[in-house]
Order: sequence, then C-alpha cells, then structure tokens
Amino acid sequence: MTRILTHLERLEAEAIHIMREVMADAQKPVMMYSVGKDSAVLLHLAKKAFYPSPPPFPLLHVDTTWKFKDMYALREKAAQDAGMELIVHHNAEAQERGINPFDHGPLHTDMWKTEGLKQALDLHGFDVAFGGARRDEEKSRAKERIFSFRTASHGWDPKNQRPELWNLYNARKAKGESIRVFPISNWTELDIWQYIMAENIEIVPLYFAAPRPTYIHEGGLFMADDLDRLEKVMGKKPEITTRSVRFRTLGCFPLTGAVESSASTLSEVIQEMLLTTTSERQGRIIDKDEGGAGMEKKKQEGYF
Amino acid sequence: MTKQTGNDPIYKTDALIAEDIDAYLAQHQNKELLRFITCGSVDDGKSTLIGRLLYDSKMIFEDQLTALEADSKKSGTQGQEIDFALLVDGLAAEREQGITIDVAYRFFSTEKRKFIVADTPGHEQYTRNMVTGASTADAAVILVDARKGVLVQTRRHSYLAHLLGIKNLILAVNKMDLVDFSQDIFDSIVEDYREFAAEIGIESFTAIPISGFKGDNITEAPSANTPWYEGPALIAHLENIEITATVAQDKPFRMPVQWVNRPNLDFRGFSGLVSGGTVKPGDPVRVVPSGKNSRVKSVVTLDGELDEAVAGQSVTITLEDEVDCSRGDVIAAAGDPPEVSDQFESTIVWMSDEALKPGRGYWLKLATQTVSASVQEPKYEININTMEHLAAKTLELNGIGVTEIHTDKPIVFEAYADSRQLGGFILVDKITNATVAAGMLHFSLRRADNVHWQPTTITREEHASLKNQTPRVLWFTGLSGSGKSTIANEVEKQLNLMNRHTFLLDGDNVRHGLNKDLGFTEADRIENIRRVGEVAKLMTDAGLIVLTAFISPFRAERQMVREMLSDGEFIEIFVDTPLEVAEQRDVKGLYKKARSGKLKNFTGIDSPYESPENAEIRVNTVEMTPAEAAEYIVRQIMPLK
Repeated sequence: MTRILTHLERLEAEAIHIMREVMADAQKPVMMYSVGKDSAVLLHLAKKAFYPSPPPFPLLHVDTTWKFKDMYALREKAAQDAGMELIVHHNAEAQERGINPFDHGPLHTDMWKTEGLKQALDLHGFDVAFGGARRDEEKSRAKERIFSFRTASHGWDPKNQRPELWNLYNARKAKGESIRVFPISNWTELDIWQYIMAENIEIVPLYFAAPRPTYIHEGGLFMADDLDRLEKVMGKKPEITTRSVRFRTLGCFPLTGAVESSASTLSEVIQEMLLTTTSERQGRIIDKDEGGAGMEKKKQEGYF
Repeated sequence: MTKQTGNDPIYKTDALIAEDIDAYLAQHQNKELLRFITCGSVDDGKSTLIGRLLYDSKMIFEDQLTALEADSKKSGTQGQEIDFALLVDGLAAEREQGITIDVAYRFFSTEKRKFIVADTPGHEQYTRNMVTGASTADAAVILVDARKGVLVQTRRHSYLAHLLGIKNLILAVNKMDLVDFSQDIFDSIVEDYREFAAEIGIESFTAIPISGFKGDNITEAPSANTPWYEGPALIAHLENIEITATVAQDKPFRMPVQWVNRPNLDFRGFSGLVSGGTVKPGDPVRVVPSGKNSRVKSVVTLDGELDEAVAGQSVTITLEDEVDCSRGDVIAAAGDPPEVSDQFESTIVWMSDEALKPGRGYWLKLATQTVSASVQEPKYEININTMEHLAAKTLELNGIGVTEIHTDKPIVFEAYADSRQLGGFILVDKITNATVAAGMLHFSLRRADNVHWQPTTITREEHASLKNQTPRVLWFTGLSGSGKSTIANEVEKQLNLMNRHTFLLDGDNVRHGLNKDLGFTEADRIENIRRVGEVAKLMTDAGLIVLTAFISPFRAERQMVREMLSDGEFIEIFVDTPLEVAEQRDVKGLYKKARSGKLKNFTGIDSPYESPENAEIRVNTVEMTPAEAAEYIVRQIMPLK
C-alpha cells in the first residue's frame, strides 16, 4: 500500500540526506548555531540524521555579546542535550573597540558577525559550515545553492555557482576554500513553525508573547533586555513601558524589533504569522541598505 | 488589483485561521509536496505567472507589495499596474539586465499541496540552468505566448523536460487576454504542439489557456472569458498530478548507503535515503556490488523503530548479519537487485565553459558512489532546436550528446528512465573541482559482465621480491626538446649498473607500435597517456622499475596515471626547460615546423603545457647537464628496496 509522505516528511528527509552527504567529503564540519528558531530546527534535524550517534560536529555561535539573555540560556542547554561541543566566538577587535549597535550602525554587524564568522572558521580550520538560511527569506537567497562555495577569503560569487542536479552535491574543493551548506533551503517560515509544533522542539521563550520592558527607538519597538548596558551606550535610560510583545526573528536585542502581540502559544503564534501582512525580516535593519541589494552585497563580503 | 482570494477554497482560508487555528493546522500538517519547473522566456510572461501564483496564494506580504508598487512605477513594464515580474527577478545584476540568469526557487502552497517552483531562464545559453531545475521537478509548465504559438524555444523546453524524465507536461498558453481569449487560436496552438510532442516521444500533456497578468484559469476554471474551456485550472491540475517520489514506492527496494553509523561496538547501522520501493524488518536484502545477502533487522530513527520505510524517507537500517557494507554500496531487494557495470551508453549535458575532453578522467558521482570515469568521443550531438543528430568530436557549453562512459571500477546503476537516483550522474573536473556535466545512463554496454579478473597465483609482491626491489614509475614530463629521453636513458643506465630491473617506455618508440593509431589531437594525446599508464601499471605488477619519457602536457592525465598506481609508486619528474631554450635546441627540427604552421597541435606553440604543481622531483636542464640531472634523480629515489 502506498503511503504518501507529507511535505514536512519530505523536507525532513531532504535535510537529513544533505547533512549525511556532507560527512562524505568534509574534513572538519561545524554547525552554525544562532539560537533562533531556524537553528533549533537545524539542530533537531542533525540529531535525527545521525541517531543513535550524536551529530559528528560541534556547534559554533558567533556571538556579538548583544543577544538576549534567554538566548544565552537556551544555547548552553541545547548543546548539552544534543551531546555536542559548543564553540562560542567573540571578535576580539570588536570587543576591544567597544563596537555596539548604537554608535557604529552597520559596522556592528560587519565586525561582530561577518568578520567574527570568518575569524572563527579560519581559527578552527572548519571547511564546511552548516547554516539555517532559507530561500524564502530574501531575494538573493532564492538563488543560492544548497552547497555554497566560498573562496579562501570567504567571498561568494553568485555567477560562479555549481549546478545542483537531482540530489547530487559536488562537495570537492581546493585547499583553503570552504563550503556553507544550507539543509533547510527549501523550507518556508510556515514549514519551520509547523515542524517545531509537530516535533515539539524547544525554542527561546521570546518567540511567545509576554509582558516585557520595552522602549521606542527611531520609530521601532524594542525590548530593554539589559537596561544598564543600554543606558551606557545610549547615554540615557530609555523610557520603559511594559507591553505584551514577542519576536518573529531573534538577533541582537537593540536591533531586533518586537511586535505587540498576545500570542502566547505555538498555535497562536502561527495564527498571527498567517494573518500578518508584513514579512519576517521586516523587523531587521540589515536587508534594507544599499538600494535593495543589501543582503546580496553582504554575502559577497562573506556574511552568512 | 484584479482578484482577492481570501475566501477562495483553494488557498488558506483566513476565516478558519482566525476562528479555529488548531483545526486549520491539523488540516495543514499533512500537505503533499510537488516540485515543478516553469519554462519560457521573460516575453512569455513567466515571471508574471510566478508572481501571480505567489500573490494569489498570499505569499506576498504588505511590505513587499508596497516595495513592489514603488518598483513597478520606477522600472516596471506594465504601466501603472503592478509588475509581478519584478517580484521574482532576484539578483541585482539580473534586475539591471532585465533577465533571469540562474535557477531561483519559489514557494507557495494551497490547501492540498506545498509547491516548490524552479524558475529558470529560457534562452538557449541557459540550457544548463533549465536542466538543473528540471532534474528535481515532478512537472513542467511550458509557457507559450498565445500571439506567437509554438516556437523553436517551446520545442527546446519540451525536449529538455522530456529528456530529464518529467512525465507531467503542462502547455500553458499564456496572454490569452491579448488574443481576445480566442478558442480557435488556442486549439490551433494545441494541435501544433501535439504534432511536435508525438515526434519526440511525449506521450501526453495538458493544455490550459491562461492569462498570468489578468488571472484567468489560474485558480478557477473556466474563467468568465473562456467559457469554452472544459479542463482544469492551472492550480487545480498541479494539485492532482502524481508525485514522482510516491510513484517510486512501487519499484523494488533500493537504498544507496551514505554513511555507516557506528556509535559503539554494539550498533552498526547503514544510513541513506530510500530511493525506491519500501522496506520492512525481516525483508531479504542484498548489498550490491558485493552481492552479500542478509535480512533487515530494524529500521532505526530518533522517533523509534519503524515498521516500514518508503521511498523518499531518510532512515538508518541494521542488518541481521555482519556483512561488509560502506558508503557507495546499495542495499537492495534480494530478489531484484540493480545491475553493476563499468561501461555505459548515456546522454550528457555539458555545463562548463571548458569543452569535453574525450578520454580524460573525470570524477563521476552517481547516488553515493564517486569513481574515476572517462567519456568517449560523442556518437552524436543533438541539436536541441531541431532534434537533429550531428557528428561531434566534443561537447561545448550547453551541448547535449550521446556518448559511451567508462568507469575505472564497476558501479551500481539503473537506467535513468527507471530511476533518477541510480541513473542520473554528474561529472566533476579533477583539477578545478567544477561540476562540468550532468548525465543520464541508458544501459550497460555489457562488456564488463563478460570480462572477469583472472586470479593469478604469483602476486605482485612476489614478483618484486624476486627482483629484490620496489617497483616504481618514474614519469618524466616536460616540453619537447627538454631532455626527457636523454635523462631517462641516463637514469636507466645507472640503475642497470646497480642491478635494478628496469624498462624505459619512450614516447616516440611507443607511437611506432602500441599507439601508432593515435595522432596529436587533444583526445588522442589523452588516450596515448592512458595506454602508457596501463602498460606501466602492468610492468610494476611484474616488479619492474618503469621509466617513461612523454611530454604528457596535461595535469589531469598525469593525475589519472598517478591514481592508477598504488600510493607512492608514481614519481613525477619535471624536466624543467624554458620554451626558448627547448626551441633553440630543436633537436628534431619540430619547433621550426610548428612555427611555420606545418605541424599542428605542438606543445608550447599552439597547444598548452601545464607544468606540474607538486612534482616529486624537478630538474633544471639549464643549470644541470643530463648526467648531473640523472645522478640527482637516482640519489632522490634510492634505495628502492
């Protein structure tokens, strides 16, 4: 009797297949872990791909020191539960120069994340890095391969990508080159949420609405996750109001816009998502500069 | 805006989401997944159609729509109306040029299915992109402009979709609004297409009159403008066609092994994606190519053991017996295992700017197997516009041809028509690591089945030990006139004095006998080196120290010979002489001939020499005499015991 696989089963099988293929050619793979919902799904898929063995690579968090406290808490727990080593990298130069999201604008992302990631990969000699990017997130992602090659200086050349046919991936590379692999390329935001629900995957509580201390900055709504620190860099205490808010994506708390919401369960969150009229990355500032080509340009420079 | 579909039963119903989200989610956990490709050029309204599908299924958010409205006014081609095409033309470079140059993947869903759309450009120079998109598609939507009818590109797109094994073809006759929704025009286009489709072996297709711009027959059919149309709307049709992975369940069981899962001594599982059939504990299976039989003990997943796994699932299988099985092997139904061969006929699509070099070794990847393979000169090339067969010596970028493929060891395969997973392969350049071709196996040439290795009693170790030496291949490479033969001859004399058993294979001498049928084209030069490599290998089996003196200008062929031999046995000696010096010496007068045009394909003049990057030994003949160079080489390689 024929059993028709659901779209989630098919997407899961594809992601697992991709992860296992990497193990054939990779010398030293690593899984990028940002503690967000996509990372949570990626980590869950890795556990499934290699069970009963633990995933045969460490987790890497390229930290900016500006993430939400709840994210740091889950990070440690998730790595421990999976039986995986957790590597946390801070860009020493960014730390020394006190790079922060208020005084340094785009430089904050560039130094902490783009440069930090390159440093971490070079420092540990990782040749393959799994990432949780999805093609539905943004226009330039729609054309990126599942196996995305980077030059020795981590650049991405959109015109020189390898064709990917059937489920055959060519993971051969020259010395110094590295590959970013995106096993959940074909998932949409809704797929991610449905999978989290179906598989009961633990995610950061910030995705669910709760009363939180918030402030308005340059027209956006933000959460004061660390008030003292905010005061230090902003020069004054922002005006705090308690609102019921949640987050659609998670990054650095001063850069991640909150949405007012009362959705406190998974199904309510999905309900809001389905009825919403704005896209997921709208709360993020990174895509919007450089005349609509912001992400593409960042990727050519080595951003994940 | 023409149409809002908020309450359309095909798409997500806002009312249900708002009132009973749990009921909605329960209903949506179990959608199916269908992948399709859209074929056509920008002029056919392809991007507009995809933009329309995303818009109608509410995959476009308000902030994206606002940006789209602004863009439409700035650079759109639809006047004041929204230009959906702008939504899907991704990369900045593409937006500037107004064309799609790559494969982009889009997503939308209806109540019943999630869809992944491969959006590829339609121009002939992007054939490789279309082939890539088609390789994973269950269906192809072939767009035709109702004003223009079946064009050369329509035939090309249909042929490629058919070549990649897509069974569900949809002829979408678009821009019906621009021909007053005329049934006559639609019928005559369908008739033209039917004739062509039959010619190339397309058994069936579904034709739908649509307007991507206005929305006719996209979600509901017939639209008010086409009361004469009796078929399904595009979306309804896509919701009902068969999914390839589901069909594959009816085939015999196959699982290419990706990874051996060995967390401890008590557990040994084989992980892979089931490519065909179904599997249950207790099923008799065979590991191919070794042919060892066993039974399935369990199907292991993180969620517990499964009673059954089906095609399309990624699982880990344990077997009852301790049989040898590793990555590249295929676990298959014991009663109906796949074939094994090392020579095939296949169709290949060339995807690299550097043309095919017949005879050169490429990496061939099929399922989880990676082997060295060579492609013979094409039997013919196919003109993808006229389907004519043309004589060809090679294949250039986007060229499609039928060729023989030889692999250096037998691989497990099935005909592409039976299995995309065990019949589709890619070729990878050994030096640049680029994916240079995609191929589809037709059948085994069966020669391999009849030629078996004859086991011999005296081993190569015994041959060598009798001669009291370690076999080696001393591979001299360099320009004509660099001094390869002279130095190799000197090295052999010295080794002979030391009681070493040697043999010198010289380029010119071999061409008088073994290789007298070969000329100096790139393909012949590659074959020349392959044969010499095979002979050198036999001689090392016999225990000899082999010296070869060949220009052997290409890195890939020297690498091919290196891989034929055991580790450390191949010693590359680069006889390094600048071209000016070699040309000045011109012992045989060949450079003079080449310069005057009397000699074609001469290395260094009109054919390249690729210097070794990591030669074991390098001698500079400007600084050393042949005798000094020979002495230096001998010192490097001794004692050879």
